[in-house]
Amino acid sequence: MTISRPYKRTILLGLFMPMTLFILGVYNGVMQTIYRSGVIHRASFAGIGYYQGLTMHGVINAIVLTTFFAVVFGHVTVSVYLGKEPPRATYQLSMLFMVVGTLMDAFTMVAGTSEALYTFYAPLKDSALFYIGTALLIIGSWIAFGGWVRTWFEWRRENPGKKMPLAVLGTLVNFTMWFISTLPVAYEVLVILTPWSLGWTGQVNVPLTRMLFWMFGHPLVYFWLLPAYIAYYTILPKVAGGKLYSDNAGRLAFLLFLILSTPVGVHHQFSEPVFTPGTKFWVSILTFGVAIPSFMTAFTVGASLEYAGWKRGARGLFGWMGKLPWFRQDSFLFGYFICGLILFIFGGISGIINASYALNQMVHNTSWVPGHFHMTVAGPVLLVILGLSLYIYSKVAGKRIKYGTLATIVPYLWMIGVALLSHGLMAGGLMGEPRRTNMGLTYTNPDSDLFNKHWVPTSMMTMIGGFIMGAAALLYFLSFFATALGKRTMQPVLELPQAEELHEEKPIGLLLNMRPWILASVFLVLLTYVPALISVFRYSAPVKNKFQIDNPINEINTQQNVPAK
Amino acid sequence: MNKYEKWVIVLTGLLFSSFLFSLLYNAFARKVDVPACIPYSRAFSKGRVRQLDDSTYEVYVAAHMWNFDPGEIVVPAGSTVDFYLTSTDVVHGFDIDGKAVNLMAVPGAVNKITVAFNSIGTYRIVCHEFCGAGHQNMMGKIIVKDKIYQQ
Repeated sequence: MTISRPYKRTILLGLFMPMTLFILGVYNGVMQTIYRSGVIHRASFAGIGYYQGLTMHGVINAIVLTTFFAVVFGHVTVSVYLGKEPPRATYQLSMLFMVVGTLMDAFTMVAGTSEALYTFYAPLKDSALFYIGTALLIIGSWIAFGGWVRTWFEWRRENPGKKMPLAVLGTLVNFTMWFISTLPVAYEVLVILTPWSLGWTGQVNVPLTRMLFWMFGHPLVYFWLLPAYIAYYTILPKVAGGKLYSDNAGRLAFLLFLILSTPVGVHHQFSEPVFTPGTKFWVSILTFGVAIPSFMTAFTVGASLEYAGWKRGARGLFGWMGKLPWFRQDSFLFGYFICGLILFIFGGISGIINASYALNQMVHNTSWVPGHFHMTVAGPVLLVILGLSLYIYSKVAGKRIKYGTLATIVPYLWMIGVALLSHGLMAGGLMGEPRRTNMGLTYTNPDSDLFNKHWVPTSMMTMIGGFIMGAAALLYFLSFFATALGKRTMQPVLELPQAEELHEEKPIGLLLNMRPWILASVFLVLLTYVPALISVFRYSAPVKNKFQIDNPINEINTQQNVPAK
Repeated sequence: MNKYEKWVIVLTGLLFSSFLFSLLYNAFARKVDVPACIPYSRAFSKGRVRQLDDSTYEVYVAAHMWNFDPGEIVVPAGSTVDFYLTSTDVVHGFDIDGKAVNLMAVPGAVNKITVAFNSIGTYRIVCHEFCGAGHQNMMGKIIVKDKIYQQ
């Protein structure tokens, strides 16, 4: 479909700005692997401290880039499948909020007043601007969602009896889940942390802030992942040359994510004091439940790819794998999708280990955890973001893709880099290597009393992986920015490859109505978090603590902090 | 719904049921469990080692920016130790190398775990939660000595 000028500008800005910041995110990622391996023994490099760089890496890559892409991809799926643009005021206001919020976050991180990493755990203090900026970014995404809901109801009035397209269901499910799960973090940053950071309130309940953060922190990972799933169900079969194996299975998978994504946050807190073993076991069960839609997706996507291979003339049991369009520039998206899927197999397995209740204690907060999530968020999530950002930018701007060959090999190179990086991190993690630590100063520094020789080979492996990922990212940036800054040669259009269904399936009523699933979601959230909240208040007390990252002296000076005699 | 899709759901369900059974088996039969929670009191924020009898100890650990109090804990081999962990400032981590002890030290809350030390040696305690600029220096030690030697 054609596209109006303001809508086009919004989409292009929503792709260009986070991709520019992503350069800084990638640079800091590569630098961390160098610090950690002990190649340099320094607290900072080129004016950016280790923990400052780590904060940028997390906030830019995991919150800014992913949220912007989810919103832009939501615009594109809603408009392509429903054939209309959302109300102009909503998409413009949403982008304004998100851009302003991001600039506030970026400013405080560069200025060094917000270095408490992307989880901003109190009582380490960030600038109030950072908390407000993060809230604006989230509220901006809500406004875009509001626009799509209106567009959807309009479309339904005009098209009575038609079922909701699968991609639109995916987008609406994702943002419904996002809305439910961002309410607690919005409360945390606006009501608890901002006044505390400004000195208007004198105390903070730390376990409460941590619980509110993880009510958002885990759904956040599904919020990153669902755009990739939408692409796997509705774009990949077409790009591979086949059809979607089952539309109903896709619907069921999305709806299961809607009910199970939010109430699992406590599984990040198995090592914490305030939750009872009962609550922890319950979220283990729910987390295993949320693996079911992923297993279904693996099967459905595999079946769709097998069909594509046969259509391309494959023979034998495994011949279809070889016939898929590997390394083909005319279907470059395939490489981004398939490399993401391959990484996700291992990302998923390691995730099941993390979710396994007492087994979690073998890996909690060790470098195993970043090893795991680089195979998810830097696997399918990022590769789909990179591939589709290039594709959508080229179509919407009307510019041909430059350096297409480079863009085609990027995902394969990136996959090798992530595999090595994650291997190093996970192997080190099993030997107790801590995450989020400038190990080069102590643990991997032979001159330090704290030196641990076992962590040197693993962190070296991590660094090699980091270099390969950095090289792949450089090639990608070359292609993306040459495309974005090039001349317009085509008519701007809004389009996506659209996969057809293999079989015409009988519609199932329950899979066409989101309402019962939303109610079930709210019910499960209450069932999990009411007992969790009761535990927080029963087992913890607020503290009068507030700390800058470089100073062990409490900013709130009271007798409360002197240890009781 | 496609019959193969249904099979996938059933098989996934069975796989995860077996995982859940293993977790329950470990929690109840082998006592491999997650840390327990106890109500917070400021009495926990001073580090000390208390010997209850020959082989039973209580250790109160207070994590600070950027050390553990006590920084060095000595117990004889064969002891069972109850750790009570809290923080007096920001959030810290408490990971005993070579033991399945992996706790968060959260200000305003007390974490508890029981662990047996049977073999002689030095166990390093690494802080594995970012706690500020000196985080990479924050390490403690548990020294497990021969029982006879100690007497």
